[in-house]
Amino acid sequence: MNVSPSPHMHDNISTSKIMLQVIIALMPACIAGGIIFGPTAVFDLALCVASCVLCEYICRRLMKKSNTVSDLSAVVTGLLLGANLPVGIDPLCCVIGSVAAIAVAKQLFGGIGQNFANPAIFGRIVLTVSFASQMTTWREPFYYKKGVDAVTAATPLITKNAAYSDLFLGTTGGCIGETCAAALILGGVYLAAVKIITLHAPAAFIGTTALLTLLAGGDPVYAVLSGGLLLGAFFMATDYSTAPITGKGKLLFGAGCGLITFAIRQWGSYPEGVSFSILFMNLLTPYIDRLCVLKPIGAKEERQ
Amino acid sequence: MKVIGGIRLPHKKAAAEVPTSEIPLPKRLTVPMLMSMGKPCTPAVKKGDRVTVGMRIGDPVQEGLCVPVHSPASGTAEDITDFRLADGNTCKAVVIRTDGLQETFHGIRPPVIQNREDFIRAVRESGCTGLGGAGFPTYAKLSFDSKKTPVDTLIINGAECEPYIVSDYREFMENGSDILFGIRTVMDKLEIGRCIIGIEDNKPAAISLMKKIIGSDKSIAVKALPSRYPQGAEKVLILSLTGRIVKEGELPAHCGVIVMNASTVGFLGRYFKNGMPLVQRRITLDGNCVNNPGNFFVPLGTCVSDLMGLCGAEGYEEAFYGGPMMGVSLYDIRQPVTKLNNGITFFKKIHSVQTTACIRCGRCVRACPVKLMPLDLESAYDKKDTKELKRLKAGLCINCGCCTYVCPAGRRLAEKNQLAKQMLAKL
Ligand code: SF4
Ligand code: SF4
Repeated sequence: MNVSPSPHMHDNISTSKIMLQVIIALMPACIAGGIIFGPTAVFDLALCVASCVLCEYICRRLMKKSNTVSDLSAVVTGLLLGANLPVGIDPLCCVIGSVAAIAVAKQLFGGIGQNFANPAIFGRIVLTVSFASQMTTWREPFYYKKGVDAVTAATPLITKNAAYSDLFLGTTGGCIGETCAAALILGGVYLAAVKIITLHAPAAFIGTTALLTLLAGGDPVYAVLSGGLLLGAFFMATDYSTAPITGKGKLLFGAGCGLITFAIRQWGSYPEGVSFSILFMNLLTPYIDRLCVLKPIGAKEERQ
Repeated sequence: MKVIGGIRLPHKKAAAEVPTSEIPLPKRLTVPMLMSMGKPCTPAVKKGDRVTVGMRIGDPVQEGLCVPVHSPASGTAEDITDFRLADGNTCKAVVIRTDGLQETFHGIRPPVIQNREDFIRAVRESGCTGLGGAGFPTYAKLSFDSKKTPVDTLIINGAECEPYIVSDYREFMENGSDILFGIRTVMDKLEIGRCIIGIEDNKPAAISLMKKIIGSDKSIAVKALPSRYPQGAEKVLILSLTGRIVKEGELPAHCGVIVMNASTVGFLGRYFKNGMPLVQRRITLDGNCVNNPGNFFVPLGTCVSDLMGLCGAEGYEEAFYGGPMMGVSLYDIRQPVTKLNNGITFFKKIHSVQTTACIRCGRCVRACPVKLMPLDLESAYDKKDTKELKRLKAGLCINCGCCTYVCPAGRRLAEKNQLAKQMLAKL
């Protein structure tokens, strides 16, 4: 006879099932990237995923810890990193970014749940800083069909003249997974519908950016649809480990991301600020968590 | 109506429409001297004594919470043994060899109640404890000090939010008028002005039946509650129905409320009419490996092994007193049914959950009906950080198990909280 403490039932949810849902939600954006930027984009994504998984495996082996490859979180990191890279980047960059993401940002701090910085963002920022020109060489949509070796394009954040329809469908220059707003919104709504994420952080992030842009006399719709905002808001500002736990905390976090993104876009030397804003807010997460503790029902005094 | 956190559970109430039936009288009953919260009774019979139905076989001790124990059958007190309780402590138990005559004790008559004291004494004499599961002696609950903590609302708990269990529902369906009589007596004797019966909205038949039975009485209301676990937890129920909050370390009476379980008040209704103390109760037998789920009137002290044949439990690996969310595992299938058990659930493990690192998904936080932070409580407990445990209000945890249920990392959060509470209690 088994004897165990209650409860004796479980929701039958697991970390790997959650990660699988995130992977499913990322698929529209990845497929859109594949269509818009061709086989090389698919190769880049695959390379990032493979390097992340392998790196996770090796790290856990070296640290003599239980292997966590099967929880699929490394696959998510790989996809997110790949989605944040311009197509046709040196494959070596994919590998370096993956190692930075998994080995440095994640495993060095103890693995899943323990890391303070979003691994994919950290990987992207390492690459941005070390390979600036590679990271800002964008290709035109469907360049691979045009036969010309490399048709470079500027991102809509620089040109500021892309049509809404192009932004929506993703037929503009940009990173592999960030251009197609339709696919990203679809993925984000899916994640919220299956209750993997709550919309607090994305709503606050997108809302704040749009509002500030409007106040500054810009075009809020354009600001939301262009650059990495939607990818960041739905998939990276909602990362479990590196964002606050409570709804209030998530709102604060999202609003902070929006503010910094707007500031960098408006006044910074770098056209896009989504990654930096999320990384910065990641650093503040423990403090936001402290600030936004819940008051238990029936507690006699406030928790300090 | 206030919204609780909590979770949606599969209801699995397969026994809901199965009328309650008697079980064949077992040959032997093992009646523990402690079947409630509080202290064990001292056996009032010796080995070889003849006992009859409703005869007192356990005398309550003078000091502390304690209710008498009565014989569920006629026969012979075959032995007085040591009995191991679920929490590891021991008490005495009277083993009765039944004679099948079910002769009623000659002293059984309806209690004569003139005043409040008589009423409390009668309730204590009935051996009544909360039949919902926690087993708080009813007389103690009802003897609140109406000067210090005036009570204006009697709440009848008919939420029954645990999967499988339907014994309260059957009480509504089969003994609705007993419930009403019990409610009226309690309201009258304790001068409580209003009563709210809370029933989850997945039991519409019970809601409409009770409304019909109550008729035009404005002081008793039936309210439908959202079917969300743990709606039946006392504090959650009070919040849902009255918007009042029971503060830490306080009793419901402090916010003017008394909560009684539907089966408890139904039993009291019958007891006030016929004087038969608590010697049997209705339980649901169900589970994920049970072929014929059903409801039965079971004499207290019946071994669970005597019940298995009635419901066809096949290949079970675990059995619990109560439902699968808060139920306590049986360590031996020969353990008896007590006043605390509203059901026995037989379980086969469907999926095993591996424990991995917390991914900070926040599910446990969203699920907690008390708004605790189970993930933080767990790490504070692991660090043995009692200061942090107090800051996080570990003491407010109601052990509902929602946090463990939803955790994708398979962390045993509710269990850790129980350990944390024990650690704090030892300080
Ligand atoms: S539900 Fe489990 S994994 Fe999620 S935050 Fe709570 S303890 Fe961590
Ligand atoms: S912490 Fe306690 S009250 Fe909160 S969900 Fe877990 S068991 Fe229930």
